[in-house]
Amino acid sequence: MSKRIDVKDLNVYYGDFLAVEDVSINIEAKSVTAFIGPSGCGKSTFLRTLNRMHEVIPGARVEGEVLLDGDNLYGPGVDPVAVRSHIGMVFQRPNPFPTMSSRDNVLAGVRLNNKKISKGEADVLVERSLKGANLWNEVKDRLEKPGSGLSGGQQQRLCIARAIAVEPQVILMDEPCSALDPISTLAIEDLINELKDQYTVVIVTHNMQQAARVSDKTAFFNIAGTGKPGKLIEHGDTHTIFSNPVQKATEDYVSGRFG
Amino acid sequence: MTATPLTSTQGAGRAGDKVFSGAALAAGCLILAVLFGVALFLVIQAIPALTAPAGKIQGGQGFFAYIWPIVLGTLIAAVIALVIATPIAIGVALFISHFAPRGLASGLGYVVDLLAAIPSVVYGAWGAAFLAKEIAPAYGWLASNMGWLPIFAGPASTTGKTILTAGIVLAVMVLPIITSLSREIFLQTPKLHEEAALALGATRWEMIKMAVLPFARPGIISAVMLGLGRALGETMAVALVLSSGALTASLIQSGNQTIAAEIALNFPEASGLKVSTLIAAGLVLFIITLAVNMIARWVITQHKEFSGAN
Amino acid sequence: MTSTLTPVRSKRSALTKGQLPRYAPYAVLAAALIVGAAIMALLGFNPFGWGLVSALLFAIGLVSWSAAVEGSRKAKDKLATCLVVGSFLVALLPLVSVIWTVLVNGIPGLIDPGFLTTSMNGVTGAFDNKAVESGGPVMGGIYHALLGTVQITLLATVISVPVGLLTAVYLVEYGHDGRLAKAITFFVDVMTGIPSIVAGLFAAAFFFVVVGPGTKTGAVAAVALSVLMIPVVVRSSEEMLKIVPNELREAAYALGVRKWRTILKVVIPTAISGIASGVTLAIARVIGETAPILVTAGFATSINSNVFGGWMASLPTFIYTQILNPTSPSNPDPSSQRAWGAALVLIILVMILNLVARLIARIFAPKTGR
Repeated sequence: MSKRIDVKDLNVYYGDFLAVEDVSINIEAKSVTAFIGPSGCGKSTFLRTLNRMHEVIPGARVEGEVLLDGDNLYGPGVDPVAVRSHIGMVFQRPNPFPTMSSRDNVLAGVRLNNKKISKGEADVLVERSLKGANLWNEVKDRLEKPGSGLSGGQQQRLCIARAIAVEPQVILMDEPCSALDPISTLAIEDLINELKDQYTVVIVTHNMQQAARVSDKTAFFNIAGTGKPGKLIEHGDTHTIFSNPVQKATEDYVSGRFG
Repeated sequence: MTATPLTSTQGAGRAGDKVFSGAALAAGCLILAVLFGVALFLVIQAIPALTAPAGKIQGGQGFFAYIWPIVLGTLIAAVIALVIATPIAIGVALFISHFAPRGLASGLGYVVDLLAAIPSVVYGAWGAAFLAKEIAPAYGWLASNMGWLPIFAGPASTTGKTILTAGIVLAVMVLPIITSLSREIFLQTPKLHEEAALALGATRWEMIKMAVLPFARPGIISAVMLGLGRALGETMAVALVLSSGALTASLIQSGNQTIAAEIALNFPEASGLKVSTLIAAGLVLFIITLAVNMIARWVITQHKEFSGAN
Repeated sequence: MTSTLTPVRSKRSALTKGQLPRYAPYAVLAAALIVGAAIMALLGFNPFGWGLVSALLFAIGLVSWSAAVEGSRKAKDKLATCLVVGSFLVALLPLVSVIWTVLVNGIPGLIDPGFLTTSMNGVTGAFDNKAVESGGPVMGGIYHALLGTVQITLLATVISVPVGLLTAVYLVEYGHDGRLAKAITFFVDVMTGIPSIVAGLFAAAFFFVVVGPGTKTGAVAAVALSVLMIPVVVRSSEEMLKIVPNELREAAYALGVRKWRTILKVVIPTAISGIASGVTLAIARVIGETAPILVTAGFATSINSNVFGGWMASLPTFIYTQILNPTSPSNPDPSSQRAWGAALVLIILVMILNLVARLIARIFAPKTGR
């Protein structure tokens, strides 16, 4: 189910502006990797390049290679749409489709691509995905109600269920808890811990305690100043990064001396 | 790289993207083509009238002699409409945005929209059957008491079917347009500016003068210009209300004519060179309204960065 | 107005000093009405004049009283309020008058048997003369015009909605604010300002060149109405597509959904209530257009169910011709009765369309309730 990602010498540009410079990182399969760093350091931008979602932003482009189990995402003839069905994404704010019921939201990835699916298969898929997102018990009696009627935390788990219903190898999460209350955040963090049994998870977070709680590996990004590109400063075991980092900047950041 | 899972295309998906974006692009280009076509076909059909010998055009003195009185008539009717409608429309817009109780305001906005939705032919019929009759005595009074003014020179029309009546009907028609555009802009006035004025101890009117009107001025100007564009092109109100004739200075006698009404009254029975003449007249109207609209847009863009209204 | 800090309520506090008492407007209004009635009694009474004179007296009275007690700033404020409220009342007059005129004149026509189900085919001046002289029923109806209006408007909608909606999709989803998108936006604005009669002339000129001189059919009228309708559809759809949150598009892309499917299945459904109500309002706007139909579809007195051949009647042109050229020039009353009946039907149609637009916007809006 899950695959590893290897990034080699990646530069990200917005037009002529170099946003992220020279990132090389190996992300292990079936692990949770957290990206931390101050605002504007390019960690969300970098995350988006891992499933080519940055291409939605006009003018954004990359140089370098991102390998999914050895296949280059940016190789010739690669279809960005196919890339995204292998590498799913969960966003900062929960964004269920307002016109669809909870059930249809989970099936969205299948239905919107016009894949034929029988009702029985659909039921199985909905239940499996919602159970995978720890949401089944809460919504099983109101699957036909609009997904936007759920609470914020439930909506975010619905979005995770929607992402895993496509059966991706990797799930990217862009600050998935920043719009949620502490209890909902806890539910999502528990879920992330369970997801890594099956998926490779990459999460961007502003919250260092969260990074420490959920991740196996942590990558610290930093920026030298406004107008300068963001860089990967240090990458390693979460425990090492938080207790005994190699770089001074990392130590300053994780100990709360800036950022 | 040929057999990786990433390159496997899912059936018709990719082609679908191309077809759909192509269709969207084609629709956009069609609009440009249509507008270009409007100009082109009007010109093609108008050329015979512009090149024909003067004696063959209606009136026998060439196209220019034919067109300028009705251009002036069009402008007169539109100016009357704006002079009446603008202050009232601003008043109504202010009433809805700043004076009416909150619960009433949205309902009133709806009433204004309904007023805008009534078809022009109904306004025309109302003007011809009701307003003209009711207003004729007032014209008699104007002629006998203010007849020394050229615009009120007698003898007044006894049917009331004059350019002034047509202008009033036009005013009623453009009123909702100017009102709803101005109201939107009044509602966009930054609350902070208004509260700053009120906190200085300003009365409501002083607050409107200090905060609302300066902010809304470019918006009001463009609303009035758009109303002008509508008044210039409006056909039915004039065709039904005005008893047309030669250009006269008096607003309360029958006479004068507008381009749109001239076309509507004559086109159904026209043939040959007359058709070309009328289409040429339409071209002139198109150019006038185009100029007015462009000036309106230009005013908006000129003040965009200062007001935040667009 | 009384300060809650001062326990003695009978005395006027410092904050309410120098103000008109609260009953002031009512007192002035009553006085204005009485004095107005007295003046009108001298000049000859009519209710319109009474209202006008009373309103003037009210404004003058209130403002001068305020100037005397409260000072010029407050008086100016009162004057502005009077002017604003007054202009609102003045603006209401024509609306009430139009609706009243249409109702009073239109109902007799509408309840005439056969008005909605017969055409004007074979109805000549002789019938109208007889109806007036011997008091018989007014013959003829608007069936042909109603049919024509429905067909022409439907065809115009069928042309305009795909073009308008696709253009809006291009502007929002594909244009990226490029040069072409800017040009289209600009020219759509220009198109909004085309006078309706010029749109009619364009369609007529176009068909004269392409099909042959004198081509007048319902289809030509539909093309003319489309020229008026497309910019309205583009503008309203564009607004609606723009307010669909980008997050929804990204969510769909992240699921590996193609752009065109995202637009068709996520973006448009989310905006559909606004788009549908915009389209309905556009229909309401063109259904009452007279001038373009006048120069493109001609007049007809009989039923024509073929939009692509022959002259065709419509409600607005029916009203226009019945008023301007009564069927019987010596007895125009039956014609004007038919015209007002048709006007009433037209207004009812437009109002229904407006209401439907509001309902669509409310009912089909994406549900957020729990």
